[in-house]
Order: sequence, then structure tokens, then C-alpha cells
Amino acid sequence: MTRARRLWTLIALPTLSIVLAVVVGSIVILVSELLVSGRLRFDLPINAYSALISGSIGTPNAIVNTLVQTTPLILGGLSVGLAFKAGLFNIGAQGQFLIGALVAVAVGTQFRTFEPGFVGLLVSIAAGALAGAAYGFIPGILKAVSGAHEVVTTIMLNFVAVSTVAAAVSTILDVPGSPSPITLDVGTAALPVLFGRNGHLGILIAPIIAAAMSWLLFKTTWGFEIRTTGANPEAARYAGMSPRRIIVYAMSLAGGLAGLAGATEVLGVTKHMTASYGTTVGFDSIAVALLGRTNPLGIVFAALLFGAMRSGAAAMQIQAGVPAELVGVLQATILFFIVASSVVRRIFRLRAAGPGLDEATTISRSYGGGEAPRAA
Amino acid sequence: MDIIGLLYDLPIIGLVFQLIGYLISIFPTIAPIVMQAAVPIAFAALCGVMCERAGVVNIGIEGTMLTAAFVGWAAGVFLIPVLGNDPKLFFGGSPALLIAFGLAILSGIGVALIHAWLSISVKADQIIAGTIINIAAFGITGYLNTLIARSSPTGAGAFGRLEVPAALADLPFVGWLFTTFLGLGPIGLSLLVVVILFQILLFRSRWGLRTRAVGEHPRAAETVGIDVIRLRYRNVMMGGALAALGGAYLSMELSQSFQQGMTVGKGFIGLAAMIVGRWTPIGAFGAALLFASAVGIGQSIRIVPPAGELAELGELLVALPSQFFDALPYLVTIVILAGVIGRSVPPAADGIPYERESAT
Repeated sequence: MTRARRLWTLIALPTLSIVLAVVVGSIVILVSELLVSGRLRFDLPINAYSALISGSIGTPNAIVNTLVQTTPLILGGLSVGLAFKAGLFNIGAQGQFLIGALVAVAVGTQFRTFEPGFVGLLVSIAAGALAGAAYGFIPGILKAVSGAHEVVTTIMLNFVAVSTVAAAVSTILDVPGSPSPITLDVGTAALPVLFGRNGHLGILIAPIIAAAMSWLLFKTTWGFEIRTTGANPEAARYAGMSPRRIIVYAMSLAGGLAGLAGATEVLGVTKHMTASYGTTVGFDSIAVALLGRTNPLGIVFAALLFGAMRSGAAAMQIQAGVPAELVGVLQATILFFIVASSVVRRIFRLRAAGPGLDEATTISRSYGGGEAPRAA
Repeated sequence: MDIIGLLYDLPIIGLVFQLIGYLISIFPTIAPIVMQAAVPIAFAALCGVMCERAGVVNIGIEGTMLTAAFVGWAAGVFLIPVLGNDPKLFFGGSPALLIAFGLAILSGIGVALIHAWLSISVKADQIIAGTIINIAAFGITGYLNTLIARSSPTGAGAFGRLEVPAALADLPFVGWLFTTFLGLGPIGLSLLVVVILFQILLFRSRWGLRTRAVGEHPRAAETVGIDVIRLRYRNVMMGGALAALGGAYLSMELSQSFQQGMTVGKGFIGLAAMIVGRWTPIGAFGAALLFASAVGIGQSIRIVPPAGELAELGELLVALPSQFFDALPYLVTIVILAGVIGRSVPPAADGIPYERESAT
């Protein structure tokens, strides 16, 4: 097989899924406009997509904004992707992101006037990542000890995280006298802006972390143990590894990555938190990890695509009048075709590789409470 | 009374007795709130039982409920101006509302069909398939909701509740049971019927035996002539109808509006209730009531804070941030899932796509 052909088998499925999603998105726009206003406007999908594209890469500022939007998605995607490699489904990136952001802000505001600023920045980022790791440790240890499925526990923890943020911001972190609960600004602990209006340092951190994850997964013993546990826990146990320990480590590291995403977002973009601080990064990260085939390099490209969509969504809503929520529809459709890959392959008569999850067989096994994976 | 007073005065342990005393005293008051919170969780749990007894894991219950909640509300918004909101045929529901309800159930079956196709025919990972359904439902309902909200629609209407006859409601000691279980609308009342019927059918009928056989050992089931694929499709679609009842309850009975993401995890709490209830309909219903009481306690503390002899407890509970009680149902779910209540074993073939003998 030639090099080009091998590359095509790798990217054919994601590319075609995106193409199909654009088609489905057009149909959704046309039909919903027809239902709401009674008119069939064939120019509307074209307007929407061109606004989406120009809003994401049309100007230097738009490109910087796309990169800013991409940063948390890379880190979140790596979090979900790493868990996939270990045979775990981390739906909890959302909660880990929020807890990481909360702790980073809590620490950052303590350092808001501290000089030199990078000390406060480093401490805040580390605190956020560690808090996320601790929040990922909980479902990890629950799965390892009692077998409680991480899908249900992490979703529950996502809701707990929302309540924790609201409680912390409206009590101990609240600025006295503010009309609605809000924290102080992180001041000098913020990530420095390097490019344009809002291109903060995190833009550079995320790809470096992606490279580090790639090294960790494919060049170290520990990465080999993670991949083996994900592919076949029985074989891993037979080879003398401890799947339980790997589960706890992998969930903690995944939590740390999502926490880091939260920390860079609040230290680089918002600089403070409100009680109703909301995000969809955690859920978008699942889509990013699946589209990127759980591979760090793939995740970076997938995050760029989704970052561009998030960045251009506002322009689409303003210029074409199509609700920004369309981006969610597009993402879900891309995912749908990735998962239904055998169908896409049949449609296009492809001999492409699968969704990259073939090796992770343990996801839907050992479901429910009380059934622990057997001890090593 | 003196003994109770003494128990309440004990340091620290007394707080536990105060909590128990408080719970007993407020239980009849909060029971209707608990029941209302339990209905959608119970429907979600029944959907889980229906799917998993046949060997299909359905994480997409949340998305199915959200879709049905949206479709029921949106159909009402579109149909009531066209068909009018009269005559009131059934629990205050006009023909338009009944049609909207039917569409909500159909939408749930449709979403379930997608899940069934991905899980059974495509043989995709069932948990990822369910997650996609959740993401897609959140995205599409959010998108359409924004579009509809632009025209600031009038209310969609909702079903009314059964007025419990005073003769029953005022009975001493048991009166609150009637107001709790019968003071519901048609969807809530149907839950009681569905739970009992489902329990009997699952363990006493031919369909139930076949369902359990397919969930435990599909190959053996096929050997005796059961069409595994067809049975799984049918059960997942019936499960979709059950989840849709839970979704329609939220937007057509408990309220008459739709908010983006209004299911707030009820589908997932339902899955936990299914596990705690050990994959039986009655057990799942009981577990749903248990989870819903965590909601009820949070609300009751706002309505009737502990006072008098319970003042010490009252101070403690009022000092807690209100968000603690918002998080309580989710915390309870985690603790119970972690196996505090003991082991529970899912159907043996749960989550494994079935390969026909000839195909392998």
C-alpha cells in the first residue's frame, strides 16, 4: 500500500462523516425553516455555512479565537481519549473541567496581586489540574473497588460539580457587595496574552501536552500497560499487570487533563467565575476523542474542527439567523456516522479502518454496581 | 415523649435521632412531592429494565426522554392554535393535546429504533451509541427550541390531575397514601398500571420468559426458535415508549413548558434505580421512590424547616448551602451504585451484540 493510500484509509471515515454531517445539517436548516416560517429557502444553508467558515477562519482575529476555542477541546479530548485507551468511558470530563476551573480560580484570586505573576499562574494551573485529577480519581477508585460503572458515576459527579461551583461561588468565593455571585478577577495569575486580542499562552500548552500524551501512550511502559488493559484486561492480568491499578491511574490522569482544560479556560479567557458558570467542553470532548480516533494527533485535528465550529457559531447566528445550537446537531451527526462506520463504509465502498475503538472492548462490560473486575 | 426528648438531647447522636424524627413527621407532607419526582425516574428505570432484560444496554434513555418532552410540548404549541383547545375529553386534555401526546410517544419509539439499529444491527458499542443519542437529542431539541421560542409561542397546555375524593383523602393514617398515589395526572397514574403489568408479564408470560432467555443466553434462546434480533428490536422500542412517557410527563403533566436539557439526568438516575431494583419493574419503582425522596427532603427543608425540639437540627440544615440539597439525589445515586446495598448482577448477555450462528 502506498503512503497516500494508507493515509486515506485512516482519514476517510472522519472526512466522509463530516461531509455527511454537512448534508444532514443543510436538511435540518431547510426543514426547520420550512416548519417555522413556511418558506423553503435554499440559500439559507449556504449562508449559514459561509458565515460559519468566515466567522472561524476569515480574519486573523477569527483564527486566534478559533485557536482559543480549540485549546480546552484538545485537553478535554485527550482526557476522554486516554480513558478510551484504557477501556474506560470518561463522560465526567465536564465535571472534572468545572472542578479544575473552580480550584484554579480559587487559588488564582489569592495570587491576584502577587509579583512575579508566573508564580501564581503556575500554582493555580497545578492546583486546577490536581483538583481535576482528584475528581477523576473518585470514579476510578469506585470502579476498581466496587465495579460501579464509570459512565453512571461520572454523570452523577457532573451534576455534583455544577452544584459545587454554584455553592462555592455564592458563598466563600463571592465578592462582598456584588449584585450576583461572582469571584474576584485572577489578576496577575492570568495566562499572558501572546497573540491578537485574546490569544493566551494556553494555545501553546495544549499541543505540547498532546505531544507528551502521544509519547506517554506509545513510548513508555506505562502507556503500554494502559493500552493492553484497554484491549484485553484478562491478557493484561496474565502478563502481570494490575488492571485495577491502571483503571485508577488512567481515570486520575484523565481527570487531571480535563482539570487542566478548566484551569486554562478560566485563567486565559474568563479570568473569574460566576455561580452559573456553564460549559459544554466536557461533552464536546467526547465527540473530539471519537472523531480523532482516540489518537492524540487525531484529537488535535478534531479539536481544531470543533473549535472552529464553536468560534463561527456566533457569526452564523448573527449573519444567517440560524441558531448557534446547529453546531450541536452537526457534532452529533458526525459522531453518528463515525459510530455507524460500517454503514458509511458500505455507502462509499470504503476499505477504511474502523472507528479506532476496536481495541477497547471493555467499555460496555462489567456494568452496574457490586461487580468488581477480578483482582490481579 | 420524655424518652424521645432525652434521645434528641444526646450530643451528635441526638442529631441522627432528630433527623429520623423530622423525616417521620414530614413524610406525609412530602410524599406527594416524592411521588411526582419519582414518576420520570421510574419510567426511565422501566425503560432500562425492558432493554437490559433483553440484553441491550441503553444509556440513551436521557436523550429519549428529552426528545419526547420536546416533541410533546412543540406539537402542542403547533396544534392547539390550529385545532383549538376544546373539548376537554380526558383529564382536561383536548384532542390536540392527545395528538401531541401520541406524537411524543412515537418520537420516543423512533429514537429507540435508532439506538436499536446501532446496537443490534450495526453492533456499535452500545454505551457510545446511547451517548450519541443523548448528545444529538440535546443539540436538536436545543436548536429547534431556540427557533420556536423566537415566535414567542403561547402555552402548549397540559393534562390535569385527578382530584382525590375527600372521603379517601381525609381517612386517618392512610389518607395521605391516596393523595400521594392517586393525586396524579393520566401519565403518572399509568405508571402504577405499567409497573404492575410489566412485573407480571416479565415473570409470568411467554414474552417475559423469552425476553429473559434472550438477555441471559441468546444462543440457547435461538436454538429453541426465538428470533433474538426481532425480540431485541421490539423490546428496545417498547422501552422507548416507556422513556417517552417519562419525558411527556415532564412537559405535559408536571409543567406545560420545555426548557433545554430539562431532564437534568433523570434518565441516568433511572438507570441507577434499575440496578438498585435488580432489573425488576417493582424493584425499579421502589428504587425510584428512594431516589426521589432525596429531592423531597431538599424541598421540605425549604418549606417546613425543623423547629421546636428539632431546633438544633434545623440550624444545621439551614446552614448548609441550598446547592447541597440539589446535589443530594446524585450523591445518593453514587453511594448506592458503589455497592452499599450489596451485589447486583445484570443479565448475562447485557451489552453484547448478538451474532447469528450462521453469520460467524
